[in-house]
Amino acid sequence: MSVVTVQLGQCGNQVGQQLLHSLLCDAQNGQRKELCTATRERFFHQDTHGELVARAVLIDMEPKVINQSISRAARSGMWRYGETSHFSQKQGSGNNWANGFCVHGPAHREVVEELVRREVERCDRLSGLLAMMSVAGGTGSGVGTYVTQCLRDVYPKSFILNHLTWPYGTGEVIVQNYNSVLTLAHLYQLSDAILVHENDTVHQICSQLLNIKHISFADVNSVIAHQLGSVLQPALTADSQGAYSRNPLGELVSALCCHPEFKLLSISSIPQVPLASMAYSSFSWPSLLKHLRQMLISNTKMEEGIDWQVRPPAAAERSRSLTAGGFNTSLANVLILRGKDVYSAETGGFEDPALYSSWLSPQEAFSVWKSPVPFNKYEKSATLVSNSQALLRPLDSMVGGAWNMFASRAYIHQYTKFGISEEDFLDSFSSLEQVISSYKQLR
Amino acid sequence: MTQSVVVQVGQCGNQVGCRFWDLALREHAHVNKKGLYDEALSSFFRNVDSRKCDGEAHVVGGRIQHLKARAVLVDMEEGVVNEILQGPLREMFDSTQLLTDVSGSGNNWAVGHMTYGSAYREQIVDKLRKAAEHCDCLQCFFLIHSMGGGTGSGLGTKVLSLLEEEFPEVCRIVTSIYPSAEDDVVTSPYNSILAMRELTEHADCVLPVENQSLVDIVKKIKHMSHSGKPGTVIRRESAIISGQGGLIGAEKPFDAMNNIVANLLLNITSSARFEGSLNMDLNEIAMNLVPFPRLHYLVPSLTPLYTLADVSVPSRRLDQMFSDAFSKEHQLIRADPKHSLYLACALMVRGNVQVSDLRRNIERLKPSLPFVSWNQEGWKTGLCSVPPVGHSHSLLALANNTCVKTTFMELRERFTKLYRKKAHLHHYLHVEGMEQSHFSEALSSLSSLIEEYHQLDATKGRLMPGAPRLRIAR
Ligand SMILES: Nc1nc2c(ncn2[C@@H]2O[C@H](COP(=O)(O)OP(=O)(O)OP(=O)(O)O)[C@@H](O)[C@H]2O)c(=O)[nH]1
Ligand SMILES: Nc1nc2c(ncn2[C@@H]2O[C@H](COP(=O)(O)OP(=O)(O)O)[C@@H](O)[C@H]2O)c(=O)[nH]1
Ligand SMILES: [Mg+2]
Ligand SMILES: [Mg+2]
Repeated sequence: MSVVTVQLGQCGNQVGQQLLHSLLCDAQNGQRKELCTATRERFFHQDTHGELVARAVLIDMEPKVINQSISRAARSGMWRYGETSHFSQKQGSGNNWANGFCVHGPAHREVVEELVRREVERCDRLSGLLAMMSVAGGTGSGVGTYVTQCLRDVYPKSFILNHLTWPYGTGEVIVQNYNSVLTLAHLYQLSDAILVHENDTVHQICSQLLNIKHISFADVNSVIAHQLGSVLQPALTADSQGAYSRNPLGELVSALCCHPEFKLLSISSIPQVPLASMAYSSFSWPSLLKHLRQMLISNTKMEEGIDWQVRPPAAAERSRSLTAGGFNTSLANVLILRGKDVYSAETGGFEDPALYSSWLSPQEAFSVWKSPVPFNKYEKSATLVSNSQALLRPLDSMVGGAWNMFASRAYIHQYTKFGISEEDFLDSFSSLEQVISSYKQLR
Repeated sequence: MTQSVVVQVGQCGNQVGCRFWDLALREHAHVNKKGLYDEALSSFFRNVDSRKCDGEAHVVGGRIQHLKARAVLVDMEEGVVNEILQGPLREMFDSTQLLTDVSGSGNNWAVGHMTYGSAYREQIVDKLRKAAEHCDCLQCFFLIHSMGGGTGSGLGTKVLSLLEEEFPEVCRIVTSIYPSAEDDVVTSPYNSILAMRELTEHADCVLPVENQSLVDIVKKIKHMSHSGKPGTVIRRESAIISGQGGLIGAEKPFDAMNNIVANLLLNITSSARFEGSLNMDLNEIAMNLVPFPRLHYLVPSLTPLYTLADVSVPSRRLDQMFSDAFSKEHQLIRADPKHSLYLACALMVRGNVQVSDLRRNIERLKPSLPFVSWNQEGWKTGLCSVPPVGHSHSLLALANNTCVKTTFMELRERFTKLYRKKAHLHHYLHVEGMEQSHFSEALSSLSSLIEEYHQLDATKGRLMPGAPRLRIAR
């Protein structure tokens, strides 16, 4: 089954290009024919000359980024984007969600739907749509939200996942909190699952784990592509009976998003080491999984600086509904293991009922995917996709920041100009407060 | 890709504009080695067929034939424009882009705004429309003028309101040169305050530049290059007062100062012209930096002012560049943003600079910079990969900061001194359409603007509790 990727805005187009590239490099590198075929079928099709063409649509309201992504892909010599699979305009949305959502989105609805439809029809079987974008700008967030809404209308039965890049907390677009709040509130009604990477976290991984001195967006994007790729690269699931699973998006959604109030997914991977030291590092499954488990429950995104003191609350504490200090409660987790001796890996630590909310049994809440093929040059690697309280803090600070700004009505005139009223803002605020409160009460 | 049109009005406007075109050509020639008319060039230049007189324009992708500036030149004197037309840049403009008269505005805002404003209204609109028709996606008008004279100040602000009327959707970014206290135009305080009201009401963004700051920066750079100490040799072309490598050889008195302003304009538009890992388009400026419509004065600072010929310790210099952008000496108005209140701040970086350099410097500088309570993380960043000629990297900071009010208050003081004595007032009141109420209304517009900055300043240092969050019924 195939996934159609929709890349939106500067971030979406830069991250998406890197993701597709990483997936293909990894698949072709391993010389495992079966995996390679599955990856190709999932994310690419072949043109008449046998060239690999991404099942992707590129959308931006300005031309520079798309041109760059297209030529970068072509330069790799391994794959390319479809010649007519992109749509751009001359002038970006100016970091204004309202401009993207109310003006650009509706103006180009038909063209975009047509581009996606062409890719969808090229798939023998569609696993679903993956829309990639940032929440801070105007095009990814505003047009991205609008396009997601259209796709939801056109493909009511298909899985739609959004991959979102959350901005650095210390500001890079001044109205980023407004744009994020409007995006998240709307996507919550539309999307099946919302996968999040925070630029702050990824940046930290680049500097502390990968020892990169001058971190560029290309470095950040490689880490995102690695983590996301290790989820999307074909794997074996419990009921795929030894063949690569067919529907990665569907399986992710059904494993993790069983309740419409809970759709925010975070990702963490282990190990992540500089390329140069990879040859000298060796890892054992027990140690990797022990670290990953502690990263989960203490809500740390890196194997460095893990707080080993955090423990799951005892049953008695839970019934008194006390949240134990720093403990991150999960609703559901998917663990993806790749590499050597993967079948010997013991994952019992993730099946502890104490990790989960009381209303799902560990059997329902936890799934493992495996593949004996090493991923992205790592002999062994583990990635955890988690629907948990992990994103509560950044979400709360986004909403809080936006609310503070809203209280003084700063920048609101820029939004009303394009037809987003104060009431629209209030609706978005209240629906996200609802999400925050639901995650807070998870236990 | 989008296009912008530069509208240069008055002596100052045209002299600064001329420096901009010269340096813009230099920059593109430096980047564009193939001689093809590319997207980047198309944002400020048309490529026309020189053999045909009506100048049929070429589309992007072909060879450069003949570049024409996307500009409208307006002056009520002939001197400056004629000089341009006799100089090496003459080919860049044709008569349809020019509007001149012979007698000038006599440093009288009313003559520029009222007399010429109504006499030339149709012609101006006509030329603006022509320029706009040549663009397939017109994003921005850049108005360049001075505040102190008559034409730039009076007619320039008239042009501004015509732009708003005719092209309400197109962004208006105004570069305004403010007079120094010793300005030789006696009536400059009148002209400036009458113009201020128009700027406050009709511009999307104003980049105020004070002549005194330009003088100080020029002095500083000249001093550096004459000091002759070893290790302090400034690289040719790199000083932002230098026109080296441009078409125009000999320097005129204002050239060094005007090159600084030209560099400001080059940097502010760089991300719209060239690619980068984090683009900052022109329409993002107002969106990010203007929280309330009237408070749209953005204090610019440029760093580095020059680079030294020996290129040791580049990374320390990189951090120095960020520190400098917040120092008093690098602001293009005489003000101290660090000791006032930031409403928002943009860092537009060019060259070999990565996101980690940005993050590190923001973290480092943040504690020393006061931001308004509701915009504690009020940073906007852009990364453009093409550096200015002669540099490996550069930074333009745009600060929406209450420190602008000092400039405005000084101006108001000078205005009041004249106004109390009714000095020169009759020259204005003679002009048809000009009334005393124009003075009082302009004054009160400025005063209320200053008051708005005062009120924001008063919140500084006060611990503001976050607004109580929305409660939801469960
Ligand atoms: N991780 C990552 N983040 C990026 C990248 N490019 C941009 N961003 C982030 O995206 C946000 C800005 O949004 P953009 O994607 O640039 O904006 P856009 O969707 O193109 O929208 P407009 O330009 O406003 O029309 C900021 O949070 C950036 O940090 C990238 O390549 N990688
Ligand atoms: N920076 C700079 N200031 C100028 C220049 N020419 C004139 N000025 C200033 O502009 C003011 C006079 O306005 P001017 O442009 O000569 O009058 P206009 O032609 O009637 O608009 C005074 O404050 C001058 O110091 C110039 O080329 N550069
Ligand atoms: Mg963009
Ligand atoms: Mg003059």
